[in-house]
Amino acid sequence: MGMTMTQKILAAHAGLESVSAGQLIEAKLDLVLGNDITSPVAINEFEKCGASSVFHKDKIALVLDHFTPNKDIKAAEQCRQVRNFANRYQITNFFDVGQMGIEHALLPEKGLVVPGDCVIGADSHTCTYGALGAFSTGVGSTDMAAGMITGKAWFKVPSAIQIVLKNKPAKWVSGKDVILHLIGMIGVDGALYRSLEFAGDGVKHLSMDDRLCIANMAIEAGAKNGIFPVDEVTVAYGKDRFQHEPVVYAADEDAVYDETIEIDLAKIRPTVAFPHLPENTKTIDEVGKIKIDQSVIGSCTNGRMEDLRAAASILKGRKVAKDVRCIILPGTQAIYLQALREGLAEIFVEAGAVFSTPTCGPCLGGHMGILGKGERAISTTNRNFVGRMGHTESEVYLASPAVAAASAVTGYITDPEQLTEGERK
Amino acid sequence: MNAHGFVHKYGDNVDTDVIIPARYLNTASHAELAAHCMEDIDADFVKNVKKGDIIVAAKNFGCGSSREHAPIAIQASGVSCVIAETFARIFYRNAINIGLPILECAEAARDIQSGDEVEIDFDTGMIQNRTSGKSYKAQPFPPFIQNIIKKGGLLNSIMK
Repeated sequence: MGMTMTQKILAAHAGLESVSAGQLIEAKLDLVLGNDITSPVAINEFEKCGASSVFHKDKIALVLDHFTPNKDIKAAEQCRQVRNFANRYQITNFFDVGQMGIEHALLPEKGLVVPGDCVIGADSHTCTYGALGAFSTGVGSTDMAAGMITGKAWFKVPSAIQIVLKNKPAKWVSGKDVILHLIGMIGVDGALYRSLEFAGDGVKHLSMDDRLCIANMAIEAGAKNGIFPVDEVTVAYGKDRFQHEPVVYAADEDAVYDETIEIDLAKIRPTVAFPHLPENTKTIDEVGKIKIDQSVIGSCTNGRMEDLRAAASILKGRKVAKDVRCIILPGTQAIYLQALREGLAEIFVEAGAVFSTPTCGPCLGGHMGILGKGERAISTTNRNFVGRMGHTESEVYLASPAVAAASAVTGYITDPEQLTEGERK
Repeated sequence: MNAHGFVHKYGDNVDTDVIIPARYLNTASHAELAAHCMEDIDADFVKNVKKGDIIVAAKNFGCGSSREHAPIAIQASGVSCVIAETFARIFYRNAINIGLPILECAEAARDIQSGDEVEIDFDTGMIQNRTSGKSYKAQPFPPFIQNIIKKGGLLNSIMK
């Protein structure tokens, strides 16, 4: 029986010829990741069980990105604990304020994850790296601690849903619309315990930034991982970037999938997820008139260069509506610098938006844009659960950077095409 | 090993943001996390929960973030077991890894009501509802996972 792409990577890392769905295995890890919220719990566990060394100082990444620059004294103490640990064990890939970016934007950018890798991270959006053809999945702090000690993790081999993408997406339709559309179809537990394996000739029309966004939100369908085949786009992205040798795996021709879902990318419309679940999706045409108080553009889902360019293309020469707060957060320092060089920062500030340092901040209601009672945000982040961005009676609508930027201008959830067309007429 | 307590019942997709809101993630203190457990879905939970109590929920319990603070908050608030129709996968791992017993049992998750008195035998997977008199059999853990639990969590099982 053939194996899925995920199964082949897991088999190779478990030192097995083949694996099948449901099998429990122990796999070697190429990278173990933690952030300023999950690492302190892992470090406490690490120390409590008497560990005195890490399995490999180059294969651990510690990124202080959630409540940084430190939002309060407790956050500062958590960062201090992680910083001390990184120094004590000489962790090579420790990223503090000034070097840090949002972890899932930063690690691919630095070339720390390459095709064929097996990665765990104490952050649920670790599944982002599936865009590169790697197996990566989110775990908790205890798994992170065990991973740092042994360089291994246990997995139940997942079965998979194959997502066959066809044709080319239309203008203003991005990776975010594709993944929201899919989650709307299968639900927030539609891929529970399973892999989402993307395939089909539509893949070649998706940029790496689109793929990173799509794989990032695989967890919002309950998936263990989301994974893309390695192609020219991957190779071009990795040139002069990948820090170690990639290994390319492809699903067997006779791989068995639980089901296959076909998506015609040409038919997808800009998509918005209504409160309070990412599966509550509507196309932009079905949204109706929804007034917003805040627009957030950024996060590990949509804080990359193409996202900022899409937002800038709409905000250029326009103004953020008077009663809207527009907060734009680049994913990394390199993206921040590139946005300055391309003149995007100027566009944002002239439009009346805030252009911040990289941070996860508002996405999880940490800082840098918390919502008050009854307030409503359109956001390019990944979750719209009750209280996710602040008050339990606030609301988050998930959308692409283009929709979030167009909405910031009008003050209502808006189709970018309508805004740009309307003004041209 | 047994659990015995009164039930707090919730619906589908109880996410980690309502189990322990991110605004409290600036601490890893178990007691502080327990003080805010379930706050955004059930403000009275912390006031009402007693040692040994049981959480019963429907589908996809613990979906969302990987924060281990969620099962830690539940465990530290005195809850002895979570029964659900299904669990989100990271929550499932985290609960096992920290030694919080969880059981998947669709029938029990549907039938059992808030306030019911429930007794659980983890060796057999039997769930007895003392209030209604009905009993259920939960999916037992595979031996690999039983071993982690028996050794008192993942780190104990690897450090031995």
